[in-house]
Amino acid sequence: MSEQVAFQHIEKTSLIGKRIKKPDAPAKAMGKTRYINDMVLPQMLYGKILHAGRPHAEIISIDTSEAENLAGVHLVITAKDTPELRLGFVKDNAPLKDRVRCERDEVAAVAAESEAIAAAAIKLIKVDYKDLPGVFTVEDSQKKDAPVIQEHFPDNKSLKFEFKHGDLAEAEAKSDIILDDVFNVHLVTHCCMGTSCAIADFDHNGKLTIYSQTQYPYNYKMDLAPALGIDAGDIRVIQPPTGGSFGAKLDVYPFEPVAAILAQKTGRPVKILFDREEEFINSPTRQPASMHLRSGCTSDGILTFRAADVVMDNGAYTSWGATVPVIMMRTTSGHYRVPVVDFKGQAYYTNNSYAGSFRGYGNVQMTYATAQHMDMFAERLAKDHDLDPIEFRLKNAQKSGEVTPQKSYLRECALAECLTTAAEASDYVAKLNKYAAEREQKGRYKHGIGLASSIHNAGGAKIHKSDGCGTILKMDDYARVTVITGASEIGQGIDAVIGQIVAEELGVPPEHVTLVNNDSDLGPWDVGVHASRTTFIAGNGARRAAIKAKKQILAAASKQANVTAEELDLRGGYVVQDKDGAVVTRLDKMLRQMHFQPEPDVVMVSDYYEPNSEPEGRDHISDHSAAYSHAVHIAEVVVDTLTGEVKVEKVTMAQDVGRVINRMGLEAQMEGGLAFGLGFALSEEMIFEEGRLKNPNFRDYKVPTAPEMPDLDIHFIESDCEEGPYGAKGIAELPTIVIAPAIANAVYNATGIRFFNPPMTPEKVARAIWEKKNS
Amino acid sequence: MSVKTELDFTLNGRPVNIEVPVDMTVLNLLRDALDMKGTKYACGEGECGACTIEVDGTTINSCLMMAVDLQDREVMTIEGMQTGHMLHPMQQSFVDHGAVQCGFCMPGMIVQANYLVKKNPDLTREEMKRGLEGNVCRCTGYTKVLDAVAAVVGAKG
Repeated sequence: MSEQVAFQHIEKTSLIGKRIKKPDAPAKAMGKTRYINDMVLPQMLYGKILHAGRPHAEIISIDTSEAENLAGVHLVITAKDTPELRLGFVKDNAPLKDRVRCERDEVAAVAAESEAIAAAAIKLIKVDYKDLPGVFTVEDSQKKDAPVIQEHFPDNKSLKFEFKHGDLAEAEAKSDIILDDVFNVHLVTHCCMGTSCAIADFDHNGKLTIYSQTQYPYNYKMDLAPALGIDAGDIRVIQPPTGGSFGAKLDVYPFEPVAAILAQKTGRPVKILFDREEEFINSPTRQPASMHLRSGCTSDGILTFRAADVVMDNGAYTSWGATVPVIMMRTTSGHYRVPVVDFKGQAYYTNNSYAGSFRGYGNVQMTYATAQHMDMFAERLAKDHDLDPIEFRLKNAQKSGEVTPQKSYLRECALAECLTTAAEASDYVAKLNKYAAEREQKGRYKHGIGLASSIHNAGGAKIHKSDGCGTILKMDDYARVTVITGASEIGQGIDAVIGQIVAEELGVPPEHVTLVNNDSDLGPWDVGVHASRTTFIAGNGARRAAIKAKKQILAAASKQANVTAEELDLRGGYVVQDKDGAVVTRLDKMLRQMHFQPEPDVVMVSDYYEPNSEPEGRDHISDHSAAYSHAVHIAEVVVDTLTGEVKVEKVTMAQDVGRVINRMGLEAQMEGGLAFGLGFALSEEMIFEEGRLKNPNFRDYKVPTAPEMPDLDIHFIESDCEEGPYGAKGIAELPTIVIAPAIANAVYNATGIRFFNPPMTPEKVARAIWEKKNS
Repeated sequence: MSVKTELDFTLNGRPVNIEVPVDMTVLNLLRDALDMKGTKYACGEGECGACTIEVDGTTINSCLMMAVDLQDREVMTIEGMQTGHMLHPMQQSFVDHGAVQCGFCMPGMIVQANYLVKKNPDLTREEMKRGLEGNVCRCTGYTKVLDAVAAVVGAKG
């Protein structure tokens, strides 16, 4: 041995589970990051949309002449200038409308030299409307003589979902307790801090570059192209840094093709940026739902059945909101062991706004019902049959290897561990009994504790033909790594996780990994940021690519060191002997040697990771995710019985995360996810009157602020998912899903009142307490 | 066309002389006229704190102040906090504690947090919560923000 003499030994260490800083955080903290909202392109025009502002009307005529004559206006367009082809899940939407079906309908659009001119021009467009009777509730939508909202759906029925398993009549007969309640889940919206924005720019070949906030850049092209009459291949999607998304950008919404049409016709880049009021009125909502839930169990505390009849207000158009029963039924059939299931979901068109996808996707709604029924059973069983409330839940908790009626295969299931961990950490049962006993005593402030759990997909969700993600990885002569991934960074932190995973495999510092993504011309295909999938899917892809690179390097090094590749490892920027860490050579030197030889051996590898899940079929029986996960939240509240204010003081969270990858990013997702559920539970609500939003601002639509955040006691349960990267599962949605019913159960514990219709605002809680006292 | 007027003020330690429309807000002056895009628009009506800046040592929502009212005043924006490429300790603490996700609200949040600590170096966590109440964040749930501010306070103490 010559210069490879071991002068140094490098111990095996791991980055997995460590706290990794987000690479883009410094620029963001310094105000240097140029978000899409900040972007200005040369020669750029500003687009503005005229929204109908009325819920249901015929458009008799539109006079755009005055607007066209305003100095600085380049173009005014209406429905007649846009292609016939349609947008949305059932292609019932259009960029600009020839008829008004909801308040937010896009009637005309202008492109002008400044935002101010565009805003002034919009006011000069004269539209003659003939108002029509509107439909604002699902009850009215179903009436025989109800106005028809979409001509292709004359009965106002939109999407329908069904799933049945087992003999319901037999299960009912076996049940000693049957609960039968209707839960109404209200309208909320994402309130991304960065308002909606798109910038469209065509080149001389007719190729469109669209700067977009989309969460699904690759399929987005396919959805956008028909609205423009161009080939999807002629669209490049660039996703600049964006001010939050949370599911809001998982569809093409009309403002995006409108920006593109304005750009196409003017030959100039066009930017459309919403102000906050436009954002409130014209953004997707969470799907509201009325959920009639019936649940049964025996006096031994064994669940016998769940029957859910879900009716949804579709609004005027169909985006992803109306598809949420796909997940609602997984909760109905999989939240604890449910032997018999009967799920029905039906959406009805109305003249209200329409829903898109939103963090928790159907599960926020359904868990609000199922987790309260579990609590109601637990109370009855404790009272009448002396069954401990945790014991009841453990009896029904699935174990690893169980399969749900929809064939969700719970390979690694840690629900029981989540339950016992959270219950012990919070002293749940003792407090539950104490507060229940104190309920009828005198005193203005009542304490309560409430437990809820849920299940969610944690290894993607195969609702498209592929749930995969492509990765390209190259190393340069200085051992710096570039990873090109299909996965998008929208603030959630995949930049940190991919850097961490690749650094782990290649034995380099995470700072030596550069991530290239958010550009559809550069990245290989990926489904998008949704379904808590990115760490699992893109993380696996990045890891597999890095392992290929590592194998290539070690194969080359093994020849040089006269050992097998299996006896070598990469650590701390060196090739080392695996057994004792003895240094063989520097990694950068090794890479140069591989490169500069007669037959160059350059590290450029790729991978397409497709999870082993099955496509969601029409029968809804498939193992549609590569992993499933559970979480338990225990909320401790104080209810002011005079004002009705519910203060959440502490939440104990136990979640099966599979394995912690980036501890700091994971905590951040848990905390932020919980805040979303907190707002949904207590304060956020879009108030509509006859199809018009009455509170399109942060003063009247109350998102949580710092003082409302409870103290958190977070417990990560590591179940080691066989398919996940290093055992990790997807995590981002469960924190939003579980907290609201935990709070509802805590408020019940404090007051004896069950809130079937969130949010639990002070007004609503105070009134319910007053009514109970006076009944 | 709006009437314009001449305006002299200090921005991040440097004098600025500019002609501004009398109906322009400070937010638009910073973002559009001066290309200082670190300060963010998120609501335009003083409800979210994304446009927070310091004027004469006090934080304000720049969307609610008219540019002409900056005459002879000293303004500090997020861009004025760092020293060269060195992050300000408050900025660094936000990075170190994982308080930055999408980051859109962070310029306003960091300017406000810095102001709170300058005003009261012995800030308690409860006081931090109250002091940051006007800054809306949709990603973090505020916990890591509070951790970041607490670390700066702790480091001083």
